[in-house]
Amino acid sequence: DIDGVGHKYCLELELEDVLDKDRTVSCTAEVLYPLGSKTSAPDVQVTVQGELRSTEEADQEFYNRIRSLEKELVAENIPDSHGNVPPELEPIHLLASVASGYVIWQNSTENTKFHLAQVKHVKQVKRSDEDLQFDFVVLLHEMVSQEVLPWELTLLWHPQRGARVSRD
Amino acid sequence: PANMKLIFIFSTLIGAVLCLETFVGHQVLRIKTKNEEEVKQLQLLESLEHLELDFWINPSAPALPVDVRIPAASVQSVKAFLESQGIDYSILIEDLQGVLDKEKQDMAESAQRQRSSTFDFGAYHTLDDINEELDHLASEYSFVEKIQIGESYEKRPLYVLKFSTGGSGRAAVWLDAGIHSREWVTQASALWIASKIASDYGTDASVTSLLDKMDLFLLPVANPDGFVYTHTSNRMWRKTRSKIPGSICVGVDPNRNWDAGFGGCSLLAPPGPGASNRPCSDSYHGPSANSEVEVKSVVDFIKNRGNFKAFLTLHSYSQLLMYPYGYKCTRPDDYAELESLGRAAANSIHSLYGTTFQVGTICKTIYQASGGSIDWSYDNGIKYSFALELRDTGKYGFLLPASQIIPTARETWLGLKRILEHVRDESS
Repeated sequence: DIDGVGHKYCLELELEDVLDKDRTVSCTAEVLYPLGSKTSAPDVQVTVQGELRSTEEADQEFYNRIRSLEKELVAENIPDSHGNVPPELEPIHLLASVASGYVIWQNSTENTKFHLAQVKHVKQVKRSDEDLQFDFVVLLHEMVSQEVLPWELTLLWHPQRGARVSRD
Repeated sequence: PANMKLIFIFSTLIGAVLCLETFVGHQVLRIKTKNEEEVKQLQLLESLEHLELDFWINPSAPALPVDVRIPAASVQSVKAFLESQGIDYSILIEDLQGVLDKEKQDMAESAQRQRSSTFDFGAYHTLDDINEELDHLASEYSFVEKIQIGESYEKRPLYVLKFSTGGSGRAAVWLDAGIHSREWVTQASALWIASKIASDYGTDASVTSLLDKMDLFLLPVANPDGFVYTHTSNRMWRKTRSKIPGSICVGVDPNRNWDAGFGGCSLLAPPGPGASNRPCSDSYHGPSANSEVEVKSVVDFIKNRGNFKAFLTLHSYSQLLMYPYGYKCTRPDDYAELESLGRAAANSIHSLYGTTFQVGTICKTIYQASGGSIDWSYDNGIKYSFALELRDTGKYGFLLPASQIIPTARETWLGLKRILEHVRDESS
């Protein structure tokens, strides 16, 4: 409890690589939820102890594949009702998770617990610069209210520059 | 030298090697050689035919592991030899016959299931297909009966499988799934569990003694209207499909509609998130307790039949095993027993694939929520009231891949079984 400021949580976490269950990395974080204000995202400071796996090759392969598509990528319902994700859409699912992570962070309070429930729709938008752009409609499930909320967001991604949410 | 020692030790066993038909006591070791010398030792061992060692991976080079099956009579001496030579090994299979017996059993079960049903328990099904399988189970097993306990809002039958080997008015247990329609792994698991219980009666000691003493009632699809809606229109639908007077929104959260702290107003409960009074909310509690026919039908059935000792309900997701209360944050009178039994059940679940479930009261574990089914059952004298949230913890959430249905059902059943064994033992 920090008087007049908010509530601070000190965490010790273990990150598990979604694509390689045996790979874990420790990290510490400090999360400060501001008092009262509903429009302000919690402040987060993270330190990763150890190295994250290099994905340069896979990133480049994905980037080249999408850039060379004749028609812009369009897809719906990832995963589908039965939990299936076609292998070629796995990276899109992962990017949607990343983008959702940003939105979740921006909208979290001490009384919310969000997960990405499904990617309802994704559309690639070709750009004149080097970034890939994906316009998503995602469904976020909020555990406490049990609501499943649609959210529109745009993600820019580049193998070296990483991911940025440009609209949320 | 080592070779002489080897021959001396094993020569005494020549006469003792029996010709067994089975593999009882046989062990499979994995030997990790450090150098050429050790490889040569193992090759010498290999040449001693009377030991009847069965190399699954033969000794060839120091870098490669050596796997060998050793008959029971030779196990201790081979290990003693390896240890005396400082050769590292680990036990891959401690009792080979046990592994073979399990495999045989699995194959028999699978074959039986294939003979008796073409139903794929490892896939998600429509309501019609599920109801067909309920009919099939009822027709195949004399002690399984399909009964109808009511109708949904849209007039779909609420089917319950009754497992009863006789008696009248025996102590009973209740198990339901799918009260929240989007939680697909629960209806799917309930079906697998129904099939498992039916086929295990007469072969599994625990299930047999359970059904010899008690009746079991299983409602695999507690919210059929919502379930159909998740197939036809909105995969994320949770509530019932009842029309709400004065609102354009549809449906009530059936797990906020039970008569237990209904509406979230309780002097004992501090204010907090509970159930919503807004019709458009996914946790709308409804105009009044038991307003939903899906809830009322279960309440009436349980009250009329009476003598229920356990009330178990399946949800997803989050991997939690919970007992009352949800509508208030105080502990139930039977806290100690329920906590202990809950932990035992969670350990059983964990034992199969390492899946971890958190155990605790609803209020402490998930959130404060009023009008929940196990709070109602507990406050109405059904002591063993548990709510489970099955796989996963958010990666797929409600959209759990079908490949995880059977593993989920298997581990869940171990937890439920643990609880039911206790209930059976405590019931006279």
